[in-house]
Amino acid sequence: MSSLLETAANPENLRRVAIDPLSRVEGHGKVTILLDDKNKIHQVRLHIVEFRGFEKFIQGRPYWEVPVMVQRLCGICPVSHHLAASKALDAIVGAKHLTPAAEKNRRLMHYGQILQSHALHFFHLCSPDLLFGFDSDISKRNIVGIAQKYPETAKRGILLRKYGQEVIRHTAGKRIHGTGSVPGGVNKSLSITERDELLKDIYQIVAWSRDAVHMVKELHHNNPELYNSFGAFRANYISMVGFDGSLDLYHGRLRARDENGHILFDGVDYQNYSELIGEEVKNWSYMKFPYLKSLGTERGWYRVGPMSRIQNCDFISTPLAEIERREFMAYSGVMPMHAPLGYHWARMIEMLHAAEMIKDLLHDDDITGSDLIVTGERGFEGVGVIEAPRGTLIHHYRVDENDLVTMCNLIVSTTHNNQAMNEAVRRVAQQYLHGHEITEGLLNHIEVAVRAFDPCLSCATHALGKMPLQVEVLNEAGEQLSSLSRTSDGILST
Amino acid sequence: MSQSNTFTLDGKTIPYNEGQTIIQAAMAAGVYIPHLCFNPEFKPHGSCKLCTVKANGRQTASCTQHPAPGMVVESDTIEINDERRALLQMLFVEGNHFCPSCEKSGNCQLQATAYEMKMMSPHFDQFFPDRMLDASHPEYLLDFNRCILCSLCVRASRDVDGKNVFALSGRGIKSHLIVNAKSGRLADTDFSGDDKAAHVCPVGVILKKRVGFTIPIGQRSFDEQPISATPHPQGACPVGPRSNTATLPPHPTVKGG
Repeated sequence: MSSLLETAANPENLRRVAIDPLSRVEGHGKVTILLDDKNKIHQVRLHIVEFRGFEKFIQGRPYWEVPVMVQRLCGICPVSHHLAASKALDAIVGAKHLTPAAEKNRRLMHYGQILQSHALHFFHLCSPDLLFGFDSDISKRNIVGIAQKYPETAKRGILLRKYGQEVIRHTAGKRIHGTGSVPGGVNKSLSITERDELLKDIYQIVAWSRDAVHMVKELHHNNPELYNSFGAFRANYISMVGFDGSLDLYHGRLRARDENGHILFDGVDYQNYSELIGEEVKNWSYMKFPYLKSLGTERGWYRVGPMSRIQNCDFISTPLAEIERREFMAYSGVMPMHAPLGYHWARMIEMLHAAEMIKDLLHDDDITGSDLIVTGERGFEGVGVIEAPRGTLIHHYRVDENDLVTMCNLIVSTTHNNQAMNEAVRRVAQQYLHGHEITEGLLNHIEVAVRAFDPCLSCATHALGKMPLQVEVLNEAGEQLSSLSRTSDGILST
Repeated sequence: MSQSNTFTLDGKTIPYNEGQTIIQAAMAAGVYIPHLCFNPEFKPHGSCKLCTVKANGRQTASCTQHPAPGMVVESDTIEINDERRALLQMLFVEGNHFCPSCEKSGNCQLQATAYEMKMMSPHFDQFFPDRMLDASHPEYLLDFNRCILCSLCVRASRDVDGKNVFALSGRGIKSHLIVNAKSGRLADTDFSGDDKAAHVCPVGVILKKRVGFTIPIGQRSFDEQPISATPHPQGACPVGPRSNTATLPPHPTVKGG
């Protein structure tokens, strides 16, 4: 669990190579690499240089506005923020237990989000790397290239995502940035017409999701050397699990395991998250580094997201996803899977689970129920946690007696994974870049590692293979020795 | 009605009665003229200028101008709509209008009129004024960020409620809405949720607390039809509740209270 390569011993005589930006969507990310004159790597850092400011400007706003406002943090999984905020504010309006119709409609919205986000991430953003190769022809390494070579795969990816968006539209009112969830419940349930419309395609969606798991599984089986070792590092992992130990992406308790899969803590009420998780600040990144307080900053960092969740739960409640979970666990053996590419496999198992849950909910009469909002004794502080597509998402608010927010703390999955993503890019740099002339294909290896964790840093990069990149090699005096750049049209120049 | 009691509005013959203004006669005939500070229940104020038309070639506010027999009125023209759009853009940049997180979105006349006028951007530099919220009242919230100085609340409080809770203060660009209390807080006025003034705000300033986003998308005033096809909107007037949509929840109880 070392942070080797985080800080070079003697940086003054090293060349600096920067991949900047990694993305032009959710804020900016960049990777900097320090090399010596033999191309040996001395330092690698993933910097998230975004400033969102939501925690500040939500202060002084009325609490009922928050679930709609904070979801603007993200255009990929706004539903996660919408629901995490709503869960936190349930405590403000005293809604200890939602009505069955409200909870099930919120869950439906969430599974729609998981389905569309996971489909987008795998098919649109990552499948070009996995199906063509990390250093394959850059002009084809995108979703258009996939559509040409694997038209059925591309079509399914697009339709899976579309279906998830339709689930969100029917529950939240819009495909992106809707208003369905309110403190204490939801503002609408499914109408019979909406339910029947979604029911038409759900069986196909479940089948396609299952095929997607098989596709990733095959990639692992066909190339275990790559998939088991690429960027691999060992880490603790945490997630929320259901009260019965099942994979539950909407509600439950916090559970953490160490790198060997042994329980660090379990059954923790997330209202007490701040007693368990600390946040360290480093002078080279705008993003904090969370860690488990019991283990300290050096050893306490951890991973969140699909691979943590699939390995953290005891079982999955839906049958097809449970079969796949068991196979995943059997593949990794006694020790947990730590290789970042395992995220894709776990992610597709979750997509299958989400599809199965949507199917079950559409057959549940409560989904069209009419008892939608509850209130109780007014509270002044609330924490809401949800397992967002990319990992554990924590929202924490305090509200004054005049109904205005006085404090807001958000810990998003990208933040939880900060150290883990840094470790992954360091391993990849060591494995592939160390001692080599840097090429676009090698730099893409770094991005492949980042993408495995968090498409918020990669959505622009692969959307059409047009991520602009500029790499500069400077001497110790700061003079440029050489440079390599890629324009937004994908044209390389030196 | 005699034949002479008509005028033309964009070429269409509009009948009118004595005492009616151009906009009143147009509304009665089912013709939309954009407006914000006009509300048929109150004496016209003529301040927002959105309802400006050309009457016999001269620009005038149709909410205060009475028609004359045979008057030729132009409203839906490129020139006038360009000016209306510019007025709307100025209203947007003068305040802090963040429609994406505003609970009045979909029920807001400023937003709906901007859509109607095909306003696609604010065009001008944003002022980003520093304005406060007044959340002192237990049932109502004032978000001054969104005030367009239409004075409907002033007129409603004065003319209907007989209270004078609201007033416009300051001059020119410094004009702003105030409430009638030494502390400057709504809680210290005699404002009540039963007041007419509580229900006339065309934008998102005077808000009943804890309503928020209870009305789902699809059932807000302007979701199904544009403002030009909506009978005069009175603040939020959603389509009636359906079996699968929420009604307002009871207030949370306060411990010991």
